[in-house]
Amino acid sequence: MATERTWKTVENGPHELDEFLHPVSLKNYGQWKYHERPRPGVLKHVAKSGDVLYTVRAATHRQVTVDIVRRLCDLADRFADGHLRWTVRNNVEFMTPNGDNVAPLIAALEAAGHPVGGTGPSVSAIAHTQGWLHCDIPAVDASGVAKSIMDALFHDFAHEEMPNRVRLTTSCCEINCGGQADIAVVVQHTRPPRINHEILANVCEMPSTVARCPVAAIRPTTVNGKPSLMVVEEKCIYCGACFGACPAMEINHPEHSKLAIWVGGKNSNARTKPANMKLVAHGLPNNPPRWPEVSELLKRILAAYKAGGRDWERLGEWIDRIGWKRFFEETGLPFDKFMIDNYRHARVSFNQSAHIRF
Amino acid sequence: MSEQQPKNNEKLQLNPTPMIDELESGPWPSFIKGFKETAQRTGKTMVRGVLDQLNYSYETRMGYWKGGVVGVHGYGAGIISRYSMIGDKFPEAIEFHTMRIQPAPGLHYSSKALREICDIWEKYGSGLISMHGQTGNLQLQGIKAENVQACFDELNQLGWDLGGAGATVRTGLSCVGPARCEQACYDTLHVHGKVLSYYADLTHRPQLPYKAKFKFSGCPNDCTNSIQRSDYSVIGTWRDDIKIDQAEVERFIDAKGVDYLVNNVITRCPTKAITLKGKEMVIDNRDCVRCMHCLNVMPKALSPGDDRGITLLVGGKGHLKVGNMLGSVMVPFMKMETDDDLDAFIELVDRMIDYWSENGLDHERIGECIERVGIQQFLEAVGLEATVEMIAHPRDNPFFKAGDYQADDEEEDEEERDAV
Repeated sequence: MATERTWKTVENGPHELDEFLHPVSLKNYGQWKYHERPRPGVLKHVAKSGDVLYTVRAATHRQVTVDIVRRLCDLADRFADGHLRWTVRNNVEFMTPNGDNVAPLIAALEAAGHPVGGTGPSVSAIAHTQGWLHCDIPAVDASGVAKSIMDALFHDFAHEEMPNRVRLTTSCCEINCGGQADIAVVVQHTRPPRINHEILANVCEMPSTVARCPVAAIRPTTVNGKPSLMVVEEKCIYCGACFGACPAMEINHPEHSKLAIWVGGKNSNARTKPANMKLVAHGLPNNPPRWPEVSELLKRILAAYKAGGRDWERLGEWIDRIGWKRFFEETGLPFDKFMIDNYRHARVSFNQSAHIRF
Repeated sequence: MSEQQPKNNEKLQLNPTPMIDELESGPWPSFIKGFKETAQRTGKTMVRGVLDQLNYSYETRMGYWKGGVVGVHGYGAGIISRYSMIGDKFPEAIEFHTMRIQPAPGLHYSSKALREICDIWEKYGSGLISMHGQTGNLQLQGIKAENVQACFDELNQLGWDLGGAGATVRTGLSCVGPARCEQACYDTLHVHGKVLSYYADLTHRPQLPYKAKFKFSGCPNDCTNSIQRSDYSVIGTWRDDIKIDQAEVERFIDAKGVDYLVNNVITRCPTKAITLKGKEMVIDNRDCVRCMHCLNVMPKALSPGDDRGITLLVGGKGHLKVGNMLGSVMVPFMKMETDDDLDAFIELVDRMIDYWSENGLDHERIGECIERVGIQQFLEAVGLEATVEMIAHPRDNPFFKAGDYQADDEEEDEEERDAV
């Protein structure tokens, strides 16, 4: 490895932007007047200059390949003057000032396996994590869960029939890298970590593993004459934080790692303040390759929201109006005591009023 | 140096992967189909090994990657190393490292630049790409350690730099902003570029308690989800009045009906700031909280005011360790138009990062750090005045120490003692 370096690294952070912007975008930079949605998956932005820029939004695999990206580049060259961008939810967008390009671009995208949609009050693509494909601490796959869910909810990606936009996430451990969402599917561990005492002292830094525990449940101990760690099982909240610090604290389990559904998270400030999502179902089986129990439950929740939500109500705002009691009634999900918080600041989630829906 | 070139024109034979084959059907794009296509066209055995190991994960419901240490010259972060824990079973995927690449702000590309990335990546790596990671990196997935430096050098000569990983400033994320959006209240793309370039050293060399993320949203719709998922959430806003085009309001009523305006705009205003006078819309801007709802429904008739800038919220983060935390207001408003504005912003954030670097515990995000030490101490340390915009409401907890009174009383006591 004694090759001489001839190249000095240019430490510049993000790539320069200007050459990547569509010329119409550059010309009207910061001078946009309004936009419309001519059809699902298409935006029409109008600039103060009168210039028009159409955007066509399409689904991707997120886990793509050089072959897929090159095909998207071909479409950008044919229909969008050689420019394209991605949204934060893994959709690809093509912009063109030429309205005549929109229909053939949509046809070409769909022929290439990229359905068009995800705009306005639709179910947009899932923001998700890496899972078994690449992560070092996952209890579930992510791309496969996302693919299975979006196959099941496909109609509502391609149509704008929801009360307001629906944002979904999935996460393959309790760190929840997928993030807050209208509906999130997150791994739920149901047992304390299994400790591999044989390797622990060799692969883990014990003080930092002890410090990683949010409830001080990890303590030093000696097992078979070797220094190791133990978990006070009554205190453990099964979060899996220790596993990231110490691979010998095996939190994942083929049977005991389950999936939970959380709803009503919201990032936007529109109308109501941003909100964290709430637990409405847990103990769902980790059932590859299609996780049918998860998709079925999401379909039920979305059907109830679609039927009962009013225009512009996000899922959490719909629940704010009808109340949690009716949410559980209308979705048919059972409420249980584990959905009552018993961690930090739990009391603020209790009903400290006589407001009750009968 | 080239990796795994096809030996002849024969298609690479894939092994049976019955579980993940189930993911090839259905209307949504199938990543399994994509992986197989690339494996067969390029003959890259690493992709075949990854498919085999993934299928094994589906069968056994467990993951089999472990981390290690792989990097490029001079940097301490940006490559996520992955070694198979079951390399004896699937030797073709024994190494499967990821290179995190910082895209341009707004995730904009030219087809030319993307093709260049694809060509370099096909030469050195697997050909698999994640577009994009949840923090905003373009992730080149699947390269052997021995090829990482050469691959990075070629990419870097085209202007691509590595993103953050571990205890660093992480790659930033910005909304489409002024490139296409009428609601953008500051230049998210420009500010993203400048701030992340400034923090390139902290991005590439881990020297912080834990990760630090920036996200830049042009308006309070917060399309980058910054309040929830970034330590430094920079959101565009305005101080003066919402601009109303009354002719467009009238056209909106004519088209949609006055009932639509009442039911979907006026009664949905969170602070009841809007009233209707005939067909004229009246907004009491003192009551407006800049939530964006009415502007979203009526983009032709309503626009943000002209006195624009940003709100800075600090401390958002995901679940570990104390549960989810949303960012909270640290600066209600500051201008973000000139280089001086940007410098003032960076100086303030520098003071916050410095304080957190000194006081944060291992693996403690800045939001958790502020909660632990107390916001009064934090504000004092970074030189910010406490303002009422920082809170949802004043404290309802009855027990507090108002430090100034205490100090005065003690001084008086001392004076009395001295007099005696």
